[in-house]
Amino acid sequence: MNLSTLFLIIVAGTVVAYFLGHRRSFAVAKPVGGVRNLATLPSYYASMMGLWALVPALMVVLLWSVLDSAIIDSLVKSTMPSEAKQLDDDSFGLIYNQVENVAVGIGSIDALGREYEPAVERLRNLNALSDKAMPILTIVVLLLGAALGFKGIKATHNARYAVERAFNIFLFVCSSIAIFTTFGIVASVLFESINFFQKVPFFDFVFGTHWSPQIAIRADQAGASGSFGVIPLIAGTLLISVIALSIAVPVGLMSAIYLSEYATTRARGIIKPALEVLAGVPTVVYGFFAALTVAPAVRRVGDSLRDWGANNGIDWLANLAVSSESALAAGMVMGVMIIPFVSSISDDVINAVPQSLRDGSFGLGATQSETIKRVIFPAALPGIVGGILLAASRAIGETMIVVMAAGLAANLTINPLEAVTTVTVQIVTLLVGDQEFDSAKTLAAFALGLFLFVITLCLNVIALKVVKRYREQYD
Amino acid sequence: MLDTAKETYQTAGEPFLDEPKMRVRNADVFYADKQAIFDVNIDIGKNEVISMIGPSGCGKSTFLRCLNRMNDTIDICRVTGELFLEDQDIYDRSIDVVELRARVGMVFQKPNPFPKSIYENVAYGARIHGLTDTKVELDELIEKSLHRCGLWNEVKDRLEEPATGLSGGQQQRLCIARAIAVNPEVILMDEPCSALDPIATATVEELIHELSENFTICIVTHSMQQAARVSSRTAYFHLGKLIEVNDTSKVFTNPEHQLTEEYITGRIG
Repeated sequence: MNLSTLFLIIVAGTVVAYFLGHRRSFAVAKPVGGVRNLATLPSYYASMMGLWALVPALMVVLLWSVLDSAIIDSLVKSTMPSEAKQLDDDSFGLIYNQVENVAVGIGSIDALGREYEPAVERLRNLNALSDKAMPILTIVVLLLGAALGFKGIKATHNARYAVERAFNIFLFVCSSIAIFTTFGIVASVLFESINFFQKVPFFDFVFGTHWSPQIAIRADQAGASGSFGVIPLIAGTLLISVIALSIAVPVGLMSAIYLSEYATTRARGIIKPALEVLAGVPTVVYGFFAALTVAPAVRRVGDSLRDWGANNGIDWLANLAVSSESALAAGMVMGVMIIPFVSSISDDVINAVPQSLRDGSFGLGATQSETIKRVIFPAALPGIVGGILLAASRAIGETMIVVMAAGLAANLTINPLEAVTTVTVQIVTLLVGDQEFDSAKTLAAFALGLFLFVITLCLNVIALKVVKRYREQYD
Repeated sequence: MLDTAKETYQTAGEPFLDEPKMRVRNADVFYADKQAIFDVNIDIGKNEVISMIGPSGCGKSTFLRCLNRMNDTIDICRVTGELFLEDQDIYDRSIDVVELRARVGMVFQKPNPFPKSIYENVAYGARIHGLTDTKVELDELIEKSLHRCGLWNEVKDRLEEPATGLSGGQQQRLCIARAIAVNPEVILMDEPCSALDPIATATVEELIHELSENFTICIVTHSMQQAARVSSRTAYFHLGKLIEVNDTSKVFTNPEHQLTEEYITGRIG
């Protein structure tokens, strides 16, 4: 019997247990004078019985799946020939894999050696036993659990505490899943990063100003020594993020102020959803908009400025060079992409400023713009800053637009007209294609990922702190 | 031109005065299609304290907010009729609302200090109206305003601290100080004590009494005792109509209108 059938049986059993419990509680209620004389409501008794059926059965399935292979392994090991037992762990693992394969019918016993026949036989038997025993045990436990729950339905027993506690634990488990996932991600990135830092010194990585991750694969390969200085990538990331924010913050903030303070209900009803459509555009679409429309336009404008400069003898203009992949183009499009972040968070915090403050200001004769400048904006500022920081971590983590529009050249520059590259773009290029997980080139991606994670984490923590301070202000 | 459909209402008592500070004639207020105020006629005298009483939803706050055009901030609100501050029609197109509100200040039900320092709260009006030229003048103005509200001794050492840290009563007096710093002619108070405890209420009532030497004060209150304590005239509103206006003592001892009597004896509430 496979696992999904078993799960269906458990679910069905739980439902049946619930309804049985429901009926049982009414039966129990009758002699004592009705449901109102029970310690709690029938639905709580029913839930208790359902939980008694569900939880132990689930535990059996879970424990069995975890322990099954370990127990079988140790039992099979005792029947292996003595020479196999003396092998080191890796070689033994290989042999054991072959035994497993033969047991399920891949490969023949002759290739492995007749002396392994008892082991193969044992494994086959144990697997067959396990396949039969687990569903049986599970169903028995389910029935026992249900019976226990059934006995627990007494007029004097308050099932509510147990059910509430079970619900509490269930909610806790749900909320911890996200946390464990985060830990898992950090751990996986962390271990690969540690491998990387064994090959490349930490300070060379953090303070190095040259990024060229090509390293020699063969000993006789020339011209690719590999250097892993992260500074140009950080500079590129920051440059693009600054350009993006310098577009998104003013535009987003002004539209938020317009929407929350000036716009009529009708205008707001049209503009706000329209702005939020921006957030729904896939980043890859922004990417080709940046690469195919904005970047060439930036270049054309740059070229015509240069020609004009050359004709009029303005030297610095005549030397203007615009790369066809520029930080400016990528940054501008990214800025448009994060406008809705800034505007919708700012809109929310501006709306959260109490109306009484507006009234107070108007009552003293302030105009609408004075009220916004002197009262609403300062009051909403912490929340707005929080929104901007969230938008900033979005900009720093954004990949698709920069992959398509900013280029791959790791230039250390603050000139927005040159091609730059970012941390995320390099992670993508390092991990695309065939990988060797023992080369510094591949491992560098994980170190970059960790670096990026730390930066955005810090930004998010600051953002949350700021937003929290704001919340406390009016409570 | 007379609108024939317009409802008229005859207020009992003595709504009119000689040489009033503010004059209201045939005022109607609508929220969208719903009429909230019906044909109110009243004069507000110079340096008097007039209280507006009446059951909840009777339109007394709405009427008060007409007097400095605070209703302008509500999109669906429409005011018709004639409202004069001395000789000026305050709903005239040429009137500057900013200047009007500098002359007719307002204090609200819930203390609403800005999330700024105590100093900046009082300086707010002076700054937006450009009342002072130098820092010294501004300091003087702030000290004077806080003095008049009896708050100076309590806050003089903590002017730079946030105003939100003051107690409720102190915050409300700060809001009054903020209003009088602009030196208005009329101060509108919308249930200024309803969020305060009895001791803070007494302090504010005393303050209203002192301020009446220099300012005209219109106070909306749901406490008849408060109206009796602080005001010289009282106006009773009922379902959007101004039922009766008379000297406070007369309203509370010998009301002319039956509705007024029912209200002050507790039969409507």
